Amino acid sequence: MKFAVLVFPGLTCDLDMYHAIEETVKQDVEYVWHTEADQLDSFDAVLLPTGTSYGNYLRPGALAKSSPACKQLQAFAESGKLVLGVGNGFHILVEAGILPGGFLRNQSLKFRSALETVRVENNNTAFTKDYTQGQMLTLPVANEFGNYYADEQTVEKLKNNNQIIFTYANENTDGSTEAIAGITNERGNVLGMMPLPERAVEAIIGGTDGTALFQSIMNSRGEQHVN
Amino acid sequence: MTKVTIYVTLRESVVDPQGIATTEALQKMGYEDVKSVRVGKLIELELDGSEQTIETRVNEMCNDLLINKVIEDYRFEIGEVASK
Repeated sequence: MKFAVLVFPGLTCDLDMYHAIEETVKQDVEYVWHTEADQLDSFDAVLLPTGTSYGNYLRPGALAKSSPACKQLQAFAESGKLVLGVGNGFHILVEAGILPGGFLRNQSLKFRSALETVRVENNNTAFTKDYTQGQMLTLPVANEFGNYYADEQTVEKLKNNNQIIFTYANENTDGSTEAIAGITNERGNVLGMMPLPERAVEAIIGGTDGTALFQSIMNSRGEQHVN
Repeated sequence: MTKVTIYVTLRESVVDPQGIATTEALQKMGYEDVKSVRVGKLIELELDGSEQTIETRVNEMCNDLLINKVIEDYRFEIGEVASK
């Protein structure tokens, strides 16, 4: 399986993502710079790391739309292959219209770097099948705009279609709608999440609760992604 | 040349953390008559075109990039650029 770590200017945690693939599933992984993404379809999965793309100007993730890679990413997602966006990568997926919703500044008005208890709300996805339903994970978050917002109608759709994948189990410190920490698109082949699984693949730093996410992706090879 | 001023506000249903903090700060400073503050942003564009095409263009730009309609509303004013 061949992974691309798609890098827009200002995404700074590409190395963590690359390392997580090397460390957990030991597959081919390449950095793809956003102006050189025309061969994106030669990959099996695209990973969007976190960071501060385009300085978070206008809205976090918004200016990525000015890059040709945005259209290539939309086409890749439509092809049904797997896309994972974490942190600022989740912002980009939302702003690109690949996932529904929007992001606001954290309720605390602070940049928050912490370990969160995250509940697996749906383990029947390509990204979560190696977790158990309702499993509690300890995952790091590091963001200023972690406050996910969706209107009632959108939340209803997310619920009916089991697209809410992760929620904050203890405190919903950032103020996210329905304590949402991660969602998929309708088809289930695109996951966006604010917690950072790539920072939780080694016991010596941050724990290992992120490992099963990457293993799930590996174990989903060749499947049709219909939610 | 035309100047367009776009006013971006958070949708009414959206909680505004900055606005709440600012409300509390004002009240602490003795402005107890302040019941609510909402913080938005203002975008100024200078561009060429007739008034009708500009209206269409600005709406397109808002949809494509400047606004996220999930969280934001907008309105805009079209005026002349003051000669310098």
